[in-house]
Amino acid sequence: MSVKINVSKVNFYYGTNKALHDVSVQIRQKAVTALIGPSGCGKSTFLRSLNRMNDLIPGTRLEGKVELDGQNIYSDGMDVIHLRRRVGMIFQRSNPFPMSIYDNVAYGVRVNGLARKRLQLEGIVEKTLRDAALWDEVKDRLHRSAMSLSGGQQQRLCIARALAVEPEVLLMDEPASALDPISTAKIEELIYNLKQDYTIVVVTHNMQQAARVSDDTGFFLTGRLVEFSETKKIFTAPANRETEDYITGRFG
Amino acid sequence: MPDREHTSKHYELQLRELKNKLLLMSHKAEQMISDAIRALVERKLSVAEDVIIRDDELDKLEIEVDDLCYAILALEQPVARDLRFIATAMKIVKDIERIGDIAVNIAERSRELIQEPELKRLVDLPIMAEAAQKILKESLDAFVNSDADLAEKVITNDNVVDDLYEQIFRELLTYMLEDPRSISRAIKLIFIAKHLERVGDHSANIAEMVVFLVKGQDIRHGTRIDRGR
Repeated sequence: MSVKINVSKVNFYYGTNKALHDVSVQIRQKAVTALIGPSGCGKSTFLRSLNRMNDLIPGTRLEGKVELDGQNIYSDGMDVIHLRRRVGMIFQRSNPFPMSIYDNVAYGVRVNGLARKRLQLEGIVEKTLRDAALWDEVKDRLHRSAMSLSGGQQQRLCIARALAVEPEVLLMDEPASALDPISTAKIEELIYNLKQDYTIVVVTHNMQQAARVSDDTGFFLTGRLVEFSETKKIFTAPANRETEDYITGRFG
Repeated sequence: MPDREHTSKHYELQLRELKNKLLLMSHKAEQMISDAIRALVERKLSVAEDVIIRDDELDKLEIEVDDLCYAILALEQPVARDLRFIATAMKIVKDIERIGDIAVNIAERSRELIQEPELKRLVDLPIMAEAAQKILKESLDAFVNSDADLAEKVITNDNVVDDLYEQIFRELLTYMLEDPRSISRAIKLIFIAKHLERVGDHSANIAEMVVFLVKGQDIRHGTRIDRGR
């Protein structure tokens, strides 16, 4: 499998506070990569560095290289808006816009001028909602408010919204942590299916979730990437003692 | 480096209980083999009878170990070393239980032999019994101490037991050829030797699982089979 994102020797600072230390990793294309580690270990910071979301936080600084398909996303002249379209993001709390289900999905398409005709837009909305495994549940009420949906449905709507602008990579920060087990299972099933077309990086505190959905797993501790390997290896025979202590619950 | 404890005390206690039950089983199985052979060598009927009765305790413990493993798998979702420990426990419990059955088989043959005149003074059989017990003990020590080096030594030493079996078999064959009246007793002694050889095999199985437990490597069946990804 080819490499979609190549991260080399990344150091990241919040002001003078160094949050990532010399992180190098290769994220495989059309695979799910899970990032695990205790709170404050740098996994979310790392995730946000993959589409320059950290730029929005004042006083931050990154050293090193993050290459998307071989192009350094931190190089001068990088169109950050375009980058974030290619590398979409799903957050822990579902954050649908206060508008209809249809408009939520259509929003990005309209803003980016991706659909020329209304019919085409309708096609994109349906396809995207199907891809997000939400279509059957909302097809009869597309013009109702997105706020009328359950938490799990809202999260899938946010995934649909992210998919509508045809990204290549999806970054997910705790996408199911606020959901019940059934909704979580739906999101996990969705992640599993989406990897046919997308490269997915997911941050999770739920170790079983990382084990279930991902192909590769990275373990972060105090800003360092301690171990990165095939998920099966991490959860059966990790190479590093700290990884083993963490995933088996011998920690702190 | 000693193992760190789990943050969950309940989980830690369950894993310890599992280990303790396995230790108790191994101790009982070792003792049963030793007593079964002693019954034969010292011609003590009551010792043989006692071994046969004690097998029930081992069977009961086997069920308890299995129950505990299922509970831990279902409720704690163990991973990594803990997962390998549970997988190892579920496999070696069967080996230990089988060793108990073998002790019963030896005790039954001993019981019959004690009631007949002695065929010959037993020299090699006690040596073989000692060798089999030694690797059994070492395989269990390797498990208790997570000692992969000792486990690998056990796997190599299993050959010693196999060689002794061949030697005993050939010797008893000569007795049978000389005097057909010795056949029944000689065959029983060959059975006992074969049983001891099986103890060696089970010990080697346990040792292989210990290597898996410690290193996460499957070394069964002599080769490292490539299972693909």
